[in-house]
Amino acid sequence: MSLTSPSASATAPFSSYFFDNLRTNGILMAFAAVVVALACIKPVFLSPSNLTNLVLQYSYVLILAIGMLMVIVLAQIDLSVGSVIALTGAVAAVVAIRYGQPWWVAVICALVVGLIVGAWQGFWVAVVGIPGFIVSLGGMLIFRGLAQLLLNYISLSPFGGTYYNIANGFFNGWLGGNGFDVFTLLIFAIAVVGYAFSQWRVRAGQIRYQQQVSPLPLFIGKLVAVAAVAMAFAWQISCYRGLPFILILVAILIMAYTLVMQRTGFGRHIYAIGGNLSAARLSGVKVKQVTFWAFVNMGVLASVAGVVYSARMNAAQPAAGTSFELDAIAACFIGGASTTGGIGRVGGAVIGGLIMAVISNGMQLMGVSQGLQPVVKGLILLAAVAFDLFNKRRASTVV
Amino acid sequence: MANNILEMRSITKRFPGVIALQDVTLTVQGGEIHAICGENGAGKSTLMQVLSGVHPHGSYEGEIVYAGQNARFHSINDSERVGIVIIHQELALSPYLSIAENIFLGNERKGPFGLIDWNRANAEAANLMERVGLDENPTTQINQLGVGKQQLVEIAKALSKEVKLLILDEPTAALNDNDSEHLLALMRQLREQGITCIMISHKLGEIMEIADTTTVIRDGRTIETIDMRQPDATQDRLIRDMVGRDLDNRYPPRRPAIGPEVLRIEDWTVGHPTQSGRLVVDHVSLSVRAGEVVGVAGLMGAGRTELAMSVFGKSYGRDITGQLYKHGQPVEINSVSEAIDSGIAYVSEDRKRYGLNLLTDIRSNICSAGLRRLMTAFGWINGNEELKVAEDYRSALGIKTPSVLANVGKLSGGNQQKVVLSKWLFTDPDVLILDEPTRGIDVGAKYEIYTLINEMVANGKAVIVISSELPEILGVCDRVYTLSFGRITGMLPVAEATQENLMELMTQEKDIRK
Repeated sequence: MSLTSPSASATAPFSSYFFDNLRTNGILMAFAAVVVALACIKPVFLSPSNLTNLVLQYSYVLILAIGMLMVIVLAQIDLSVGSVIALTGAVAAVVAIRYGQPWWVAVICALVVGLIVGAWQGFWVAVVGIPGFIVSLGGMLIFRGLAQLLLNYISLSPFGGTYYNIANGFFNGWLGGNGFDVFTLLIFAIAVVGYAFSQWRVRAGQIRYQQQVSPLPLFIGKLVAVAAVAMAFAWQISCYRGLPFILILVAILIMAYTLVMQRTGFGRHIYAIGGNLSAARLSGVKVKQVTFWAFVNMGVLASVAGVVYSARMNAAQPAAGTSFELDAIAACFIGGASTTGGIGRVGGAVIGGLIMAVISNGMQLMGVSQGLQPVVKGLILLAAVAFDLFNKRRASTVV
Repeated sequence: MANNILEMRSITKRFPGVIALQDVTLTVQGGEIHAICGENGAGKSTLMQVLSGVHPHGSYEGEIVYAGQNARFHSINDSERVGIVIIHQELALSPYLSIAENIFLGNERKGPFGLIDWNRANAEAANLMERVGLDENPTTQINQLGVGKQQLVEIAKALSKEVKLLILDEPTAALNDNDSEHLLALMRQLREQGITCIMISHKLGEIMEIADTTTVIRDGRTIETIDMRQPDATQDRLIRDMVGRDLDNRYPPRRPAIGPEVLRIEDWTVGHPTQSGRLVVDHVSLSVRAGEVVGVAGLMGAGRTELAMSVFGKSYGRDITGQLYKHGQPVEINSVSEAIDSGIAYVSEDRKRYGLNLLTDIRSNICSAGLRRLMTAFGWINGNEELKVAEDYRSALGIKTPSVLANVGKLSGGNQQKVVLSKWLFTDPDVLILDEPTRGIDVGAKYEIYTLINEMVANGKAVIVISSELPEILGVCDRVYTLSFGRITGMLPVAEATQENLMELMTQEKDIRK
């Protein structure tokens, strides 16, 4: 590639680039620090089985966090997602176990219920104008109750078969391997190359439009670091049971929603509404429609998480998903979303969710007592938001 | 010298990357009204923040001598304790508390056991309210008062703190003429009671009327301090000091090239959104042609903004009747996006509340209304193209910013207004409705906005300017409609219009219909 150094003015000095991005990178560095610290204290943390387990165990929080981010950027909130997980899991179980339908019918039914739930809440928030907090507080009770009624207060199991494999299955042995799965490594290698290529294209586009870009060594260094971490992770999980299905699902969701939020009118409208409702309305943003669909989307994603969670548990439980909404909300805020709307990124919410996941996992490995774990999580939430506030204040001291 | 209540000597205040104030000196005599004027971003507010302790001692260079003593304020509380009270442009009252509660907020009148003595509080509040000429019940909730009265509550609150030096930041910016008059009278009265006032203002007429001394600040430096009793203390001199150049003509000249009719509003009637039966806009008809600037002059409450917003996709009011014609064809416009699609743009009077997303960058704001034009066939937004659009508007409109990726909230009022104009120009409208396009921006930026209006009409667009500043209406428009109590009371070509006859039409009451 011949696009070497752009004009000097287009490349900011390293230090200013670093500090400008402290806010976005801060959370990433915090994540890296947590991982390194845990790896030092408990080397087993990085073991193939534990990393695989981490993916399986926390995927549904990430799925929820993605949908929650949209809702939070809109300056709304959805407290009902934990109950929706229980309800959609229960629907799937009733269809698959009680009525003996095939797994895909159960999944479709669960997703449809998620859609209806989302539309129900979207109606009250967008059309009637009741704050999302109230609507979803009601939803939290309603859907939890419906799940209990549907399951007769007892858990329904087992799903077995393909449904079970949604959250517990692996791609493994397709291309053979010697104690490691070649297929997993291949998929990761393709993903890394794809990532590098897309980043390069973005950068080339920015240079073509004479924008400020990060210095080339930094850019390449960043790509190498990402590639190294991704491949190391791939190697570890390939040594265990291979590539979990669920990881692919989560990865696709993250990519799709990053694109939706950054590159589509719908995503932009969400930021516009959260940033200034009146200005958005007077700019031709259809506030009601956007709000409605954001809630519908949240309902559907909650039902995806419901399917994943019930598959993982191999059962539908009346108490499934209790307080998951709080994990999802915390993930968004740890990831830099603003409590008053308008600010937040999918990537941030995902990293926020990962920080929570890694810390929970680490505490379990270290045998931290049950009661102490939520205390630590709560403190992390406070620390992350305090750090964010501190950064914002520092940034706003310019006239 | 002994009479000086305040001396700020060689104040220099640096922010990362910017010097906001450089060697600024301000000397205020006891018992005078001292005006500070300067363009937006000149450093007036920063200077007042240094004075009131928002920027604590040690974060700036130079010294402050207040009432003969070296003052080192570390917070607003420190400065309030010695009688310096600042009233910000955006009023800081709690809307759901009563007048009395607001006056004594943080300074409660306590009785035995530390409980609040409401009788005493309300009685004292009534006294203070009388001093500022506010005829209301002390238990009335703040949100039931207009802005003018809220301002009086702020002043009463300052009096309750035994204010000696009262700083008013653009006190009349949001007030109508009546309330402004009352406020100025009150300031004179306070002066007689020995209270010193510092007033930050853009309104030169007001400064001429009331100030004893004026200090002009430009680009973070003191330009000069003028004794307003001297005959050479003229408005032109202030303008010259503020902008650093002569402004012989405050309105750029234009040769009108008027084309066919673009928008016609006929028999337009709008009901109040909550009070049924009340008409806010009453059988209004007006039209605007390509290349023409049409003024809508009206006092506050005449229905100007309501008219504009109801035309702009029925964003205001209910039971709207009447007909719109675009290029002679009847059109039905029921939402903002339909209005944008049919080539109408509305630049609101309050850019911070209705025009901008202050959380995000200049680029996103410029592209927010015309986003569809940036989408590819699959609905993706081309981020690079978006940046290019923003850059184009930055250079075309002269938005002063290091980067279009900078946050829009950090711009001065004039530059923010240019961002809003860019946003609407990007939707490629035929008609632009500009609601108070130069409110709260300084003289230099106003001139630039007028120049932009001229460019728009030169490009064949039709422009409607809503304004309560008559010189502005006379300076930029080709034709003027006057609006009073929701009705059009007159239409004059600008050649026949004077401030006097417009004002007469603007204050005309019912039953005289053209």
